Amino acid sequence: MAQKEPSLVSEQTVEGDEIIIAEQVQKWYYNQFHALRGVSLSVRRGEVVVIMGPSGSGKSTFIRTFNALEAYQKGRIVIDGMEVSHDVRNIEAIRQEVGMVFQQFDLFPHLSVLQNVTLAPIWVRRWKRAKAEEIAMQLLERVGILEQAQKHPAQLSGGQQQRVAIARALAMQPKVMLFDEPTSAIDPEMVREVLDTMRSLAQTGMTMVVVTHEVGFAREVADRIILMDEGLLVEEATPTDFFNHPQQERTRQFLSQIL
Amino acid sequence: MTHSSPSTSPKSGIVTWLRQNLFSTWYNSLLTVICLVGLFLGLRGLLVWAIAQAQWGVIAANLPLFFVGRYPDESYWRLWIVLGIILTLIGISWGINQRSERLFNRPVLVAAGVVAVVILFLPLALVPRLWLLAMLLLLLAGTGLGNRFAAQGNWLYLAWLLSFPIILWLIAGGLGWESVESDRWTGLLLTLLTAVVSIVLSFPIGVLLALGRQSQLPVVRLLSILYIEIVRGLPLIGILFLALVMLPLFLPAGVQWDRVVRAIAGLTLFSAAYLAENVRGGLQAVPPGQVEAAKALGLKSPLITMLIVLPQALKAVIPALVGQFIGLFKNTSLLSLVGLVELVGISRSILANPNYLGRYAEVYLFVGVIYWIFCYGMSFASRRLEKKLNIE
Ligand SMILES: Nc1ncnc2c1ncn2[C@@H]1O[C@H](COP(=O)(O)OP(=O)(O)OP(=O)(O)O)[C@@H](O)[C@H]1O
Ligand SMILES: [Mg+2]
Repeated sequence: MAQKEPSLVSEQTVEGDEIIIAEQVQKWYYNQFHALRGVSLSVRRGEVVVIMGPSGSGKSTFIRTFNALEAYQKGRIVIDGMEVSHDVRNIEAIRQEVGMVFQQFDLFPHLSVLQNVTLAPIWVRRWKRAKAEEIAMQLLERVGILEQAQKHPAQLSGGQQQRVAIARALAMQPKVMLFDEPTSAIDPEMVREVLDTMRSLAQTGMTMVVVTHEVGFAREVADRIILMDEGLLVEEATPTDFFNHPQQERTRQFLSQIL
Repeated sequence: MTHSSPSTSPKSGIVTWLRQNLFSTWYNSLLTVICLVGLFLGLRGLLVWAIAQAQWGVIAANLPLFFVGRYPDESYWRLWIVLGIILTLIGISWGINQRSERLFNRPVLVAAGVVAVVILFLPLALVPRLWLLAMLLLLLAGTGLGNRFAAQGNWLYLAWLLSFPIILWLIAGGLGWESVESDRWTGLLLTLLTAVVSIVLSFPIGVLLALGRQSQLPVVRLLSILYIEIVRGLPLIGILFLALVMLPLFLPAGVQWDRVVRAIAGLTLFSAAYLAENVRGGLQAVPPGQVEAAKALGLKSPLITMLIVLPQALKAVIPALVGQFIGLFKNTSLLSLVGLVELVGISRSILANPNYLGRYAEVYLFVGVIYWIFCYGMSFASRRLEKKLNIE
C-alpha cells in the first residue's frame, strides 16, 4: 500500500497513543431496548482487539457506534482525537479515517470490483481517477484478486468478495479498521483466505477491532480479547489469559460453548 | 440478435426450430394444427376484409397529414433532418450496444437492400422516397459508426442531450429560421413531441418525488405524498381539461401559455406522480446494507443516493418505468379531446372529410399500427437495456 501520510490530527490529541477511546457508552434502541449498558474500551495505535460474545450481546452495536452507524445516548467516544458527535461534518471526517468490513460484504453490485474500490477515493478524497485506480490495483494485488478487477461482485466467491470489501475499505487509507464477523457468511473452505488477508494487514501495523468467533485468529493475531455479554464488557485480557485463565465465570461458560 | 453461424443456413435453422418447438411429439403436432386452424378461422374475416374490401386509398392519400399534419410543406425538409438526427443517434446507440458482434453480415445487408428496394417502389413522390433512402443510409452509417467507435460511447449521452434543443429549434424555427407556430404542429409529429418531452421531463420529477417521499424532512415528505396522492386520484382527462380549457380562465388577461406547453405540463405532472410510486418501489428494494457500506466509506448522503441507491433502484424497476412511458405515449391520444390535433385528432379530421366518409376501420387500424410500432419499440429497447445491465 502507499505510504500513509503523517496525520496532523493525531499530533494534537491529548490522549496520546490511544486512537479509540470509548467511555461508558450507553445505547438504547427506540428508547426502550438497552443494548449497550456502559461499555468502555481504549485501543492503542497498531493494536488488534478482538471482541467475542454470544449473539445479541451488543458487539455489532458497539463497534458501529465508532463510525456513527449507530448513535449512542450516553458516554463518549473519541476516534483519533475527534469526538463522535451529532455534528455531520465531524461524522464524515471520522468515517474517512475508519474503514469497516461487514458480515455480508455489502459490495456495490452495480459496479465492477475496481469501481467498488475506487469509488470513495474518487468521490470523498477527490483523487484523480488514475491515482485511485493505481492504488486500487495495488490493494487488489495485495488481497490476491488482481485478475478479477473488471468483474462484478456477483461473479466472485464469498471469500473473494470479502477480500474486495477489505480492499475497498483500505483504499481510503484509514487509520482504523473495524471488522464485524467478516467470516461468518463465508463457506468454511474460504474462511482461511480472508483470515490470512486480515493477518497480514495486522502485520503492517494497522489498528484493528475485530468481532469474530475464529478462535485461532484471536489467539494468534489479537493483542487483547474482550468478551461482551448483555451490553456489558465482561472480561478483557491477553489471548493467553483469555483462553487459559479467564477471570470471570461468564467467560468460562462462553469458552466452553465455542471451544 | 445477429448471430453469424456459417455452418447452418437460416432455412435449416427454421426447420429445426419448427420440429423442436411445434412438432416434437404427436400431441404437440395435434395442438399446433388445432391452433393454426383456429387462428385461420378467427383471422380469416380480417384478412378477407383487409385484402378485398378495405379501401386503403384514404391512407395513401393522407400520409403526410397523418405524419406531420398541417406543418408547412416548404419546411418539410426540417422535419426530415430531425428524423435524420434521431435515426443516426439510434443507429450509433445500437452499434455501441452490439459492440461485441459483427453487425454487417450477409442477412443484415440483404435486409437493408430489401428495405431500400421497397422504399424505391413505395407509392410516394420521388422526393420523399429519396429522403427515406437517406434516412436508411443514416441509420446504417450511425450503426457502423457506433460499432466502430464504441470506446467513445460516453459522448453518446452528450449527443442525445444536445440533439434535444436542436430538434426543437428545427421544428419550431425562430432564431434566423422561419418559425412555425405551434398550432401547425399536428399529427404524429405532435404525438411524438408531447410524448417524448413529457417522458423526459416527468422522469426526473418522478425520481425527485420518490426521494421526497422518503425524505427525513417532514415538510418535503408531506408535500410529496400530498402531490402524489392528489394527482393519482384524478383522471388524466380532468387534468388536461384543467390545463387547456380552465387555466386560461384563471390566468390574468394578456398572459398566454402555448397550448402545446400546457398539454405537456399536464401530461408531465400526471405521469410524474405514477413514476414516483414506481421509483419508490425500487428504492425500497435496495438493501439497507448498501447505504451503510457507503456511509462507512465517508460518502455524503446526496452522493450515496446518486451513486449507490438510485442506480440500483432504477435498474430494479425498468419494466415498470417503461410500462409507464408506454402508457404516457398512448395517453397523448386524449389530447384530441381537448382540442390538440395529434395523431388521433388528425384522423378524426380526415374522417370528417366527406370524401372519406365511413373509412373508420382503415384509418383506425393504420393509427393503431403506428401506436403499436412505437410502443413495441420502447418495450424492445427496455428489454435490451435490462439484459445489458444484467450482464454487467
Ligand atoms: N435496529 C435494531 N432495533 C432494535 N433492536 C436491535 C437493533 N439492532 C440490534 N438490536 C438488538 O440489540 C442487541 C444487540 O445487537 P447486536 O447486533 O449488537 O448483537 P451482536 O452481539 O452483534 O450479535 P450477533 O452475534 O448475533 O451479531 C440485540 O438484542 C438485538 O436484538
Ligand atoms: Mg453482530
